[in-house]
Order: sequence, then C-alpha cells, then structure tokens
Amino acid sequence: MSTSSNPATGAPKKNGIVEWIDYRLPIFTFMNHELREYPTPKNLNYWWNFGSLAGIVLVVMILSGIFLAMNYTAHVDHAFVSVERIMRDVNYGWLIRYIHMNGASMFFLVVYIHIFRGLYYGSYKPPRELLWWLGLVILILMMATAFLGYVLPWGQMSFWGATVITNLFSAIPLVGEPIVTWLWGGFSVDNPTLNRFFSLHYLLPFVIVGVVMLHLVALHTHGSNNPLGIDTKKNPKDSIPFHPYYTVKDMFGLGVFLVIYAAFVFFAPNFFGEPVNYVPANPLQTPSEIVPEWYLLPFYAILRSIPDKLAGVIAMFGAIFILFLLPWLDSSKVRSATFRPIYKQLFWIFLVDCIVLGWAGAQHPEGAPLLIGRLATAYYFLHFIVLLPLVSKFEKPRALPESISTPVLKTEKA
Amino acid sequence: MSINLRRALLPALGLLAALSVPAFAAEGEIKIPKQSWSFSGPLGTYDRAALQRGFQIYKEVCSACHAMSLVAYRNLTALGFSDAEVKAIAASVEVQDKEPNDQGEYVMRQGRAADHFKAPFANEQAARAANNGAYPPDLSLITKARVGGSDYLYALLTGYKPAPAGMTVPDGMYYNDSFLGHLIAMAPPLSDGAVTYADNTATTVPQLAKDVTTFLTWAAEPEMEERKRLGVKVVLFLLLMTGVIFAWKRKVWKDLH
Repeated sequence: MSTSSNPATGAPKKNGIVEWIDYRLPIFTFMNHELREYPTPKNLNYWWNFGSLAGIVLVVMILSGIFLAMNYTAHVDHAFVSVERIMRDVNYGWLIRYIHMNGASMFFLVVYIHIFRGLYYGSYKPPRELLWWLGLVILILMMATAFLGYVLPWGQMSFWGATVITNLFSAIPLVGEPIVTWLWGGFSVDNPTLNRFFSLHYLLPFVIVGVVMLHLVALHTHGSNNPLGIDTKKNPKDSIPFHPYYTVKDMFGLGVFLVIYAAFVFFAPNFFGEPVNYVPANPLQTPSEIVPEWYLLPFYAILRSIPDKLAGVIAMFGAIFILFLLPWLDSSKVRSATFRPIYKQLFWIFLVDCIVLGWAGAQHPEGAPLLIGRLATAYYFLHFIVLLPLVSKFEKPRALPESISTPVLKTEKA
Repeated sequence: MSINLRRALLPALGLLAALSVPAFAAEGEIKIPKQSWSFSGPLGTYDRAALQRGFQIYKEVCSACHAMSLVAYRNLTALGFSDAEVKAIAASVEVQDKEPNDQGEYVMRQGRAADHFKAPFANEQAARAANNGAYPPDLSLITKARVGGSDYLYALLTGYKPAPAGMTVPDGMYYNDSFLGHLIAMAPPLSDGAVTYADNTATTVPQLAKDVTTFLTWAAEPEMEERKRLGVKVVLFLLLMTGVIFAWKRKVWKDLH
C-alpha cells in the first residue's frame, strides 16, 4: 500500500502546526479517515464514479451561480436583459452562464446514472435505506432548484413553465387556489414570483450541500456497496484504502466527464435548451408548446398521461415517492442484479420505460404519443407495485461468491 | 479497464441523445435545409465581409421595422469597422438623451458608439400601429430564438412563393414556405438589387439572405468565435490531462492485481 507521507495524521511525517490543530480540532484525523484510509471495496467499476462526479458538479454549479448572481437582476423588466448583459458585456460572462446552464443538464445526467447504478446493484437495500432516502431528497431538491433556476432568465418558457408548474398546486381540493396565489405572491406569475424564485434558487443548493453531507455520513457508516453486492467487511482483502486507488480513478472519470461537459459548453451550448426561451417572457402570448427541460420530461409525461388533473399531479409526485418504498417493495436478500436473472431483465425494461416516458413527455399529448405515454406510465407503477415484489419473492438468485477476491482472481485469469 | 469505460460511456451518451432529440424534433412538418455557413462547425468563424454586407442590409432594409436593442454601435468593431467608422455610423442617428440637461429637458443628440441600436418605434403599440397590427420582433437574438437557427432564418427569407392553388391569402399577409402556418405578416423584405454593395458581390435574394443571416447570427452570438477558440484549447488540454491521469491510474492500480 501507499507509504507516501501526507502531512495529515496517520502518516509517519510529523508537522507541528497540523498536530497542534488536530489535537484541538481533529479535522486532519477526520480527513485522513474519510478520504484516505476509508476502506473501499476493491471491485468498484466505473459506474461508481458518478457519486463523486455529482458532488463536483454541485460545486461547479454553486460557484458559477454565485458569479451569475453578481450580475443578474431579479426584476421582470430587467431579468432578460441582465442575462443578455452577462452574455455580451460581462467578461467571460458567456462562459459562466453556459457552464451553469449546461451544468444543470450534466448534473441530472450524472445523478440519473448514479440512481440507476443504485437500482441495478441494489444499493438501496439494508443497511443503506436511509442513504437511499437522502439521495432521493437530494433529487427532489435538485428538481426544485432546477425549475426555479429555469424561470430566472424570464424568457417565454421560463414564464410559461412557471405558470404551468405552479398551477399544478391548484389541483389540491379546497385550498388549491389560495395556495397558488400564495406561491405567486399575487394573482399571476409576476415580479414577486420572480423575486422569491431567485431567493429560493440561491438558498436550495446550500440545503442540497447539507443533505449531501448526511448522504456521505450514511455512506461511510457502512461503506460503499459493490458490483457483487456482498458484504466486504468479512474479508480484509476485499477492501482497499480510498486514497490513492479511488482518488485517481475518480480523477480519471472526472477528466472524461469534463471533456464531454466542455464539448457542450463550447461547441453546442444551447443543445439542451429551448430556442423559445430566447424570446422575452410575454404573459399575453402562450408558446405553441410548453415543455420542461429534458430531465423533467418523464415526470411531465406521467402528469399528462392521466386525464384528471389532481390524479395526474398525484401520479407525478407518486412516481418519485414510490422510490422511497423501494427497499421494502424489493424484498430480495440479494443486492446485485448480476445474481438476479429476472430482476436484471426488469431493470433494463424499466430503464427503457423511463426513456420512453421522456420521449412521450416531449410530444404533443394526443394520438399515439399519448397512448404510448399512458402505457409507459402504467408500466412504471406496475414495475414497482406488482413486478418487483413478486420477482423478489419467487426469483431464484444465482449463488453468491464468498468474497470479492474469489471471483476477481478468477476473471483476471480468464 | 478501458473496455469497461467504453461500456460505461456509450449507454450514457445514447441516453443523452434519446432524451434530448425528441424535444427538438417536435416542431413539425416544415423542412429546413442545412446551409453551409462560414461559422459552421467547431472551427467556423464569421466571414467579415459578409458581416459588413449583412449589417448594410439590416441598416437599409430590416431596421425600418425591426429593433436590435441588445446590440450597441461599439459592438460593430467586431465586424471589422474601425473606431472612426463606428463613430460615424453611430452619429448618423439622432437619439434622445437618457439624462435630462441642465434645464431638465430631454434633448435629442447625435448617437454615440456606446448607444444601443436605435429602435424604429418608440414602443410595441407604435410598431403594431405602423405594421397592420403585427409586431416585428426584435432581431438581437433571432437566430437563437427560432428552431433551426440560422438555417431557418435563411429559409424564411428565401421562402416567399406564390400561394398554392386553392389557398386564399388575406390582405396584408404573404405566403411563405418556411413559416409555421405559411401566412406571414412581413412583406418579402429582400428583392434582387435591394441594396447596392460596395464590393461587387451579387445582390440576388439568396446572397442577400445569406449575408443578413450571417450578420444576425453574429448579433445573437457575438462570443461565438472566442468561445470556439477557447473551446479547442480547453478540450485539447482536458484530453491530454485525462490521458496522463489514465496512465497514472494504471500505474497505481497495477500493484493491486
């Protein structure tokens, strides 16, 4: 193992100042424990890169956002022009804005891969239920933050997206209308709405940071799951220190990710955006098609596939909340889909179903797309409520290996 | 490991494409043919001569109805105009000063390089009143604000045709192949010889459309050249860095197997 001397405690080299601080505030011991020694399964594949990637994108979003906020004006008369001022007159403003804009898409891309990784390898199963829950809380906060942020440039889609989404709350019986008025701070989406959305858009990322901390505490309590889904505590040979093995592996993954991210920022910065959002908001003119950003499309499809407004809203929120029940809906003791022949099929079908929902969400809701969206919505819930509980009960999993070292050595030889 | 990575990245990109393409394909039946622009591709730059000709068209034709409020005269140096030329262009308009004078009156003065392009109408109502009820949109962002971008704008400007048999075109409306619904309130803005170029370039409608579209694309994305130039450097650096880290990663992991 690595014997290089890090100034942090635990390494052989002593540093007076570090020791002095660490004796009073054991921050170096903590960092050494959690970032250096932290025992990690030795067989993590590249799908395990996406957690740290998500953390890095969060930091990129907060930093770029802080600089955007310095030049942005949250007022209905000035918001659109102030964003264009950032694009045209602020030094490297276009770069900061495109980093932030594309960063949102990258964040969701990374987080969705991270979630599907968890679904495939059963990372939500005991003892990681709360870890899973905290991750879902982060997802919900991300969706709220992204929605609020999309409103800020005050383009046509900003305005009408805000109108459609806030109006969902009017489906609540009896108190729906007052709630919407309360959310708007008036009787339509207007300046008070924009002001509070800006305030909340600045606040929520720091709430996300807090939940990420809890997510990490929960993660480090029992350690990472792994592609085999077996406990690695039994065999000491199964674990390796996080540093240098996973620091360097994460850095490599980060490099690949940044190439893709930069390609969008510099060469196709508006690839994910809707052109109509470069038209200033006009409350008197509805765009021909109101669609959310791609990362919300599957949920939008679920909302629109149900003819009743209240039921649609319930289904949309239910699609996320059902994920909280996953550790109990899937009662199989085996975590990794590698050893679950039927669940593995279900996983891929479910992934395709989510992509189909995303496609349906972008279409005009009539005819074939609406029907396909409805079928995909039905399957989404069927997967969780019927198929998963049944499969986890009746499926015969393949034999699990004793430890990581056994199969790893076998495949290395092959 | 490298095979593992390829396995990891391909589905991710596929997912990306699958999720984002439909949003753009949703727009409908009108075919917008792709044009080859000087600014196409990752290394494309704006043809300066086309920019200047395009600006001339905007000034002499479009600006009669369309504002470009986000562009300032000082920005025109990017087209290859000298500071003196820009000053002269700005001075050719009269604007009302934003600040009152010592007497508290708002006076008219010559335009300055720092002023934004003077709008043809004082407000939307005035624009509509002068245009048969239609509102000529601000052109500052027009290529970014339309599906199809520059290709769409070119198709629109060259898309005026006689209406197909059986279709009645109401008074004040015109048939256009590329406009959604085909009825547009804008009269055909370009005609052969609509402007006189100083550089002997042909003044056919397709050439005029190409030049003014180049200019309007620049107006929407003035940062594009700098963005692409920087992008090439950033991506090359990242590729190099990632390669080095990959070698480092293999070295670190070698002793483990």
